[in-house]
Amino acid sequence: MIKLTESPFDAAEALRDFEKSAMGAGAIVSFTGLVRDTSKLGKVKTLHLQAYTPMTERGITKAASDANKRWPLDALLVIHRIGDLAPGEPIVFVATASAHRRAAFEAADFLMDYLKTEAVFWKKETTDSGAHWVEPRPEDYEDRDRWS
Amino acid sequence: MARLHFFGRLMDAFGTNTETVALPAGINDTSALRAWLDNERQLGGLLLEKTIRVAINDTIVSEPWPIADSDDIAFLPPVGGG
Repeated sequence: MIKLTESPFDAAEALRDFEKSAMGAGAIVSFTGLVRDTSKLGKVKTLHLQAYTPMTERGITKAASDANKRWPLDALLVIHRIGDLAPGEPIVFVATASAHRRAAFEAADFLMDYLKTEAVFWKKETTDSGAHWVEPRPEDYEDRDRWS
Repeated sequence: MARLHFFGRLMDAFGTNTETVALPAGINDTSALRAWLDNERQLGGLLLEKTIRVAINDTIVSEPWPIADSDDIAFLPPVGGG
């Protein structure tokens, strides 16, 4: 399941719900990404996430379907915030369930690499020193290329 | 009227996320649109950057791509990831 939301979400609650939906799986892996409180340009005040509906959803759905083809998953969940976020807030949550741990770990890692480089989002960081749009780091592309 | 969408730093440059324009005669592909719009809004080449991709009716196209007055045209800077 894929969910883009403007409202804050509770990652612990999302994991509990996911565990119920994946009942019977032997392994669940989850990852929560939080808004950092500092960036290269100073202390972060807000992070704005812009999406292009329906292209953003379509891209994440395709990545989820690729993960399902590649690993034997029992369940998969992606939650991503859009709009204005404060430091410390969860921005992304990915959970995968499988019979064994390796598939769950790898699928979660694969989905995060997609979300960090190719997902259709634009990010604007507002710090003490002003506002600027953030583009991916070279390391993010290198991480993604591990899967090709 | 074509509907234009601007994302990321392009939204700041245009001062809006979306607007509608009547495409002038002769502006019938994405290259011509980029050049015309960049010149008309005095963007100094911003819209000509190769890293900016164009999506027509929600699908990224390889350029130049033909455009029509009924199209939804989005200008996409490199995506920032989540």
